[in-house]
Amino acid sequence: MGDLKVIGKRIPKKDAPLKTTGAAVYIQDMKVPGMLYGRILYSKYPHAKIVKIDTSKAEALPGVKVVLTGADVPNNFKFGFIKDNPPLKTGKVLSTRDEVAAVAAISPEIAEEALDLINIEYEELPGIFDPLEAMKEGAAMVHEEFKSNVLKMPWKFVAGDVEAAKKASAFIAEDTFSTQWVTHCCLGTSGCIASLDINNNLTMYSNTQIPSLAQNDFLEALKVFGFKNKRVRVIQCVIGGGFGSKLDTYAYEYIAILLALKARKPVKIVFSREDEFLATSPRQCTITKISQGCDKDGRLTFREMEMILDNGAYTSWGATTPSVMMVPISSLYKVPNIFYRAKCVYTNNTYSQAFRGYGNPQATFAIESNLDQLAEKAGIDPLEIRRINANEPGEVTPQNFKITSCGMKECIDEVVNRLDWKNKSGKHNGRGVGMASLIHVGGAARVYKSDGCGTIIKVDDNGKVDVITGSSEIGQGSETIISQIVAEVLGMSIDDINVINNDTDVCPWDVGAHASRTTFVAGNSALGAAQKIKTQIMEIAAKNLGESPEALEMKDGIIFSVKDKEKNISLGKVLRKVHYTLGGRMLVAEHFYDPPNENFDQNFKGNLSVAYAYGAHGVEVEVDKETGQVKILNYIAAHDVGKALNPMLLEGQIYGGGLMGIGYALGEKMIWDKGYLKNGTFLDYKMPTVQDAPPVQAVIVETDEQAGPFGAKGIGEPGLVPTAPAIANAIYDAVGVRIKDLPITPEKVLAALKEKEKGNP
Amino acid sequence: MKRIITLNVNEKEYEVAVAPNRTLAQVLREDLNLLGTKIGCDMGDCGACTVILDDRPVNSCLVLAVQANERKITTIEGVADGPHLHPVQQAFVEHGAIQCGFCSPGMILSAKSLLEKNSKPTEYEIREALSGNLCRCTGYQKIVEAVKAASQTMKK
Repeated sequence: MGDLKVIGKRIPKKDAPLKTTGAAVYIQDMKVPGMLYGRILYSKYPHAKIVKIDTSKAEALPGVKVVLTGADVPNNFKFGFIKDNPPLKTGKVLSTRDEVAAVAAISPEIAEEALDLINIEYEELPGIFDPLEAMKEGAAMVHEEFKSNVLKMPWKFVAGDVEAAKKASAFIAEDTFSTQWVTHCCLGTSGCIASLDINNNLTMYSNTQIPSLAQNDFLEALKVFGFKNKRVRVIQCVIGGGFGSKLDTYAYEYIAILLALKARKPVKIVFSREDEFLATSPRQCTITKISQGCDKDGRLTFREMEMILDNGAYTSWGATTPSVMMVPISSLYKVPNIFYRAKCVYTNNTYSQAFRGYGNPQATFAIESNLDQLAEKAGIDPLEIRRINANEPGEVTPQNFKITSCGMKECIDEVVNRLDWKNKSGKHNGRGVGMASLIHVGGAARVYKSDGCGTIIKVDDNGKVDVITGSSEIGQGSETIISQIVAEVLGMSIDDINVINNDTDVCPWDVGAHASRTTFVAGNSALGAAQKIKTQIMEIAAKNLGESPEALEMKDGIIFSVKDKEKNISLGKVLRKVHYTLGGRMLVAEHFYDPPNENFDQNFKGNLSVAYAYGAHGVEVEVDKETGQVKILNYIAAHDVGKALNPMLLEGQIYGGGLMGIGYALGEKMIWDKGYLKNGTFLDYKMPTVQDAPPVQAVIVETDEQAGPFGAKGIGEPGLVPTAPAIANAIYDAVGVRIKDLPITPEKVLAALKEKEKGNP
Repeated sequence: MKRIITLNVNEKEYEVAVAPNRTLAQVLREDLNLLGTKIGCDMGDCGACTVILDDRPVNSCLVLAVQANERKITTIEGVADGPHLHPVQQAFVEHGAIQCGFCSPGMILSAKSLLEKNSKPTEYEIREALSGNLCRCTGYQKIVEAVKAASQTMKK
């Protein structure tokens, strides 16, 4: 790769100075002239008939401009993955986050007051809150029209012959694991401003992480509302955290549009923290039955998994997470025979969505916990069973994933060496070590027909570059990575590169910030565009210098002959010559990168990603037998990232993901009790603070990924994928109890220790 | 009934007419247009709205504006010296302590307040001082590193 000047350097995030001075404008800070403030009234009950709604008092309140109920939603409009969710409900409510009425007023205070004046008469109905109950014969239907609480989803993957493999296995371990609801906790809450012009073209100020798809969703909504062939412009403010929460459009956005249509004024809805907990969609809880087997030497023979996912009352991307759960289920370690089936079940709980890892954390918790159980049965060190079965470059997995670069073994070795595994494991003296590995998509994921991203580059008269990208910046640092790539190709400073990434009127199409894909896809797109503009620049400079383009190089804004450096011309001069010449032209290049990955076929086979990200986490814990408290003494997070384009930002992803995973493992849980959220504040929901954050070592393992931009793979999600099982395995090593239900609270550890004393396993 | 109060914000005096139930966070943001003070929960749980009141960091969502009458307030807008970042801000930039940035103003003010009182804090003291500021992006590690680095530069 030669001598890299910008790539691989610890370059600060480009927008950091803006953010450290308080100058960054988030949706909370955004105002447009004439704007009204919208608020939403949520259902009082998890399941009830709406008998009567009286909005007259709210409408009479001075300052209230519009009050809407479900009756005001035109043409039975519904949104979501299978269009089962009306933005305002009529007839029945199916969860306590159901939107029943909305108000637009001249101040947030008046809007809030108006909500209190809306009288709704409900007739409460019995609800279903347990997916197992919902699956029973004769259970009441959450959606009567669907005739079943189990969603019609095709989630099944089969490879080889599991039954035959079971018979041939020397050892089999079988168990059931469960996980809880957790929520994103973005520090900046959700919000939008919907603004319509006289012709009903919509401008949406938004913090979405999927601008192009959101644009499409809003266009469709306008169409159903009776406004065909309109334009939708999505402008992203600075986004106060995403983590998947902004991967779908929500009811509040459609409500803002409806309020704006009726008021003929822009309407802003920004969630309070309580709204954010209640009305954004968490990572769903799961129940997983798993069985894995190996031969006498520890080679895995089969993996069988059945999962039940609580879908909640409506359907968003949560129902599609089994497609990513399949990634570790089919392809984490070499396993020839696989059976997997998942059922998503409607309940009267909150509906689930995407959250960093997209199903992978739940699946990996079961796989990696159960793998330790199998290792124990087989009498093999948990480390050895992982080494024996580790993935390798060149492998084709049962789902037809073509493994290119793979640093899994190196990651495991890093964990082993840095934890001093040999000396610390198997002591059972209150201290213990555990590990778990991960596979995730690392070179995009073809979920839609296109997995692409566009880039436009234009160069101005002074040698500065504008990079107009489809990709979104949600804190991860995409604007910096893209600048580094372009700067490297053009031999420029990243300070001369300006990234424009927040306006669908300007920016090309992109699927969105998901699947850890931005560095890989938007990076490759920017790389292609930079190379094209470089070719143009070199051709023009060559003419001016009387050289051939191949004889030239560009560095620090100067283009020079490699043989004779005296023969040179500044980039700015080249550009001015291009503009200020009769018959002049513009210097613009575009590049659309759509990775050569594959959609799954109907049997869920296909090379979903161009490259796969690997990693291994290892942890040393101390368990207090008196209190059940688990203390993390040391945490190693080793990740195969391809080439680290910016190690500092990359470590930030690992630390951030890692602590999110530690929260998932040890404390975070949304408590939904019979459909009511009991801990919807930061005081009650135990998101880790700086004092809860244990020492984490982020270890970067570099492999050469040929398809990645300068060799890079994705790292957005992997940091939290293997955290929970690594910790659970360490606790088992320390005190001999296995917690199979997340989070691993002191109460659960203590109860398990007591059971163990009684002689129960 | 609105009351007229005087706030000394970032060494500038403001006279504002405020209703008694308005919080300092609201008045800073809505009346003075100092939008760098972020409201992450409005319940005193997350620390995003931290400002320095006299010489103590406070959650400005839990302080009534009238309580701040004739007191000295530092918001994030008053931390940099013109175009020059404060050492804490500079360290946050250079050490990768910023991701989405929503917690950053409050985090920086908590750190600045600590370093003004204790120029050589231990890691424990840093973590204690920042414990009221939630961050979901960074895992806190680089934030703690940044505060350590800032304490080194500020000593010089």
